[in-house]
Amino acid sequence: MFEGYSLAELGSIFAMQGFAGLILFSVFVLMALGLAIIFGQMGVINMAHGEFMILGAYVTYLCSTLVSQHAPALFPVYFFVAMILAFIASGLLGMLVEWGMIRFLYKRPLDTLLATWGLSLILQQIFRSVFGAREVGVVLPDWLMGSVAVTDTIEVPINGLFVMALTMAITVVIYVVMFRSRWGQGVRAVMQNRTMAGAVGINTEKVDRYTFGLGCGIAGVAGSAFTMVGSTGPTSGQLYIVDTFLVVVFGGAQSLLGTIASAFAISQAQSTMEFFLSGSTAKVLTLLTVIVILMLRPQGLFVLKVRR
Amino acid sequence: MKQAIQSGSPFRVTGEMAGVLLLALFIVVVLPLGLDTFRLNMVGKYLTYAFVALGLVLCWGSAGILSLGQGIFFGLGGYCMAMFLKLEASSPEATKIQSTPGIPDFMDWNQLTALPWFWEPFHSLTFSVVAVVAVPALLAFVVGLAMFKRRVGGVYFAIITQAFAAILTILIVGQQGYTGGINGITDLRTLKGWDIRTDEAKLVLYFVNAALLIGCILLCLYVRHSKLGRILVALRDKEDRVRFSGYDVANFKIFVFCFAAALSAVGGAMFTLQVGFMSPSFVGIVPSIEMVIYCAVGGRLSLLGAVYGTLLVNWAKTLLSESFPELWLFAMGALFIGVVMVFPNGLAGLYQQYLAPHVKRALSRGRTIAPAPASATTSAIVPPHTAAD
Repeated sequence: MFEGYSLAELGSIFAMQGFAGLILFSVFVLMALGLAIIFGQMGVINMAHGEFMILGAYVTYLCSTLVSQHAPALFPVYFFVAMILAFIASGLLGMLVEWGMIRFLYKRPLDTLLATWGLSLILQQIFRSVFGAREVGVVLPDWLMGSVAVTDTIEVPINGLFVMALTMAITVVIYVVMFRSRWGQGVRAVMQNRTMAGAVGINTEKVDRYTFGLGCGIAGVAGSAFTMVGSTGPTSGQLYIVDTFLVVVFGGAQSLLGTIASAFAISQAQSTMEFFLSGSTAKVLTLLTVIVILMLRPQGLFVLKVRR
Repeated sequence: MKQAIQSGSPFRVTGEMAGVLLLALFIVVVLPLGLDTFRLNMVGKYLTYAFVALGLVLCWGSAGILSLGQGIFFGLGGYCMAMFLKLEASSPEATKIQSTPGIPDFMDWNQLTALPWFWEPFHSLTFSVVAVVAVPALLAFVVGLAMFKRRVGGVYFAIITQAFAAILTILIVGQQGYTGGINGITDLRTLKGWDIRTDEAKLVLYFVNAALLIGCILLCLYVRHSKLGRILVALRDKEDRVRFSGYDVANFKIFVFCFAAALSAVGGAMFTLQVGFMSPSFVGIVPSIEMVIYCAVGGRLSLLGAVYGTLLVNWAKTLLSESFPELWLFAMGALFIGVVMVFPNGLAGLYQQYLAPHVKRALSRGRTIAPAPASATTSAIVPPHTAAD
């Protein structure tokens, strides 16, 4: 499969595809982070996670349309406002869902899966009724357009760079919130031993609700970032959900580092192979590899050592 | 069936037999009399999904293994049948206008000049019929062996089966020349010279399908009442205890997964015969999870409930998507949530709770011997998934 390319060309191909993979990686990481919190920490299967992401994407789309119509002067910075709004919208919906549905199902993980799938169908239809079945895209401000030429043959798009920077920033924030703040300590305490955490005075129900909200909010931000690299349709979220679950499971459900590492491995493998093989073959090979590795190591790449 | 009757509680088994008879009466006599051929063919199509639901009752309800990839097996069974029919439909005489006569039309469109090797054996009907059951069961065996021997279970298993469904769909859609791609295998005409598109053929196929379904229900009942069925329930409720009692848990799981796969495949093959095509839209993640809801609505613990659930959900789907297409997804979503949160045992659970006592009283009124104690029936409706892992 390498015939007909010179060494320099191959280098450029790998660099460019690697970069395309990095954008995919960013979307994976953002989606998987939210899922890793919900699945890894709470043990809840949220099949509607993709729809929370799409909600964020639609919020961003609404912002972009509103701002460009009513306040064009603010257009260059609308994205940051949109991101915060996306976080709040998805987070609030997440808390509502936790209160209305998830909290009754903590003991039945398989049933949560089915219930949240039902939720995802309802959300999809709401999106379709409100925004129409066609995919929508946001208009990027000028400073995010174009690309930077690194060498003669390698060019990187600016929006991709921005999404990556955003991903890194959000990852750091999550790390701080989950592992360096008192609130995060409470969350981890509840997940490791619910009864004890309750006994020492942590309001476990409140922690559950906010944790779920946080995970969904991050999905909203992921959707916001997603609008910069792809267009949004009612069913876009569903395309990513299984991939994202595999990312989380592959990385080891409770490990933040594992999630990032597995998102990196999967996205890079997929985008590099995509260039040489057809897109479908690349995807099939990636998924199969992940499944085979999961058979050899069912607990995932990185395991948190917890005494049960 | 003698053994099953002896090992089960007497009232429950005769009650179940009466249920099977009622169902048989309903689908073999009532429906054909009440519906025209078009609607009957539609019901026949729904009943093919009931095979999948039956498999799920055993796999998910009895053994607690939720597979979100039953569409894989339904599709594989359907494709095996479709490949045979397609080869018969693309005889050299019928495909004279192609650049390579004698191969299916979609291969010709994709510049294939010879039949791929794995299509060759599907010239034989016997091979195809065996393959309908064997190919999916073999795949299930490999997947089950890899998963259950490594003790991958619960939600992990569900997600991985979903990934398999995604993989198979991508493969089928991507390898257009070999599989017919997104359109699937269409334009199927005859089975050994017998035209399957006529009204008469559809009627015959409906009854064949109904008979197969009843046969499968009896087979499932047999499995459930055997010792094997009890071990399945035991490993759903306390897997470790079964393991410590000396059973190899994985083997039982592999068996029930393969069994469910084979049942789904029979449904898939009957689907192809009755509907006249097979496409990847019955394989992927979305149809696979939809099949779970058929089983859940009927009651994940009840074989008969699963059949009624399948009929009810599909009937509602047709009704709603004919008149209010946008409402269907709402209804479907609400169904998922409602079934999980309010009626975890589905229709069968409601029947057991509200109707069964009346039925039992009415039945026992004429008798002198009191019916069996209620404990026999309540044992079947304990909520599943009590294992909090």
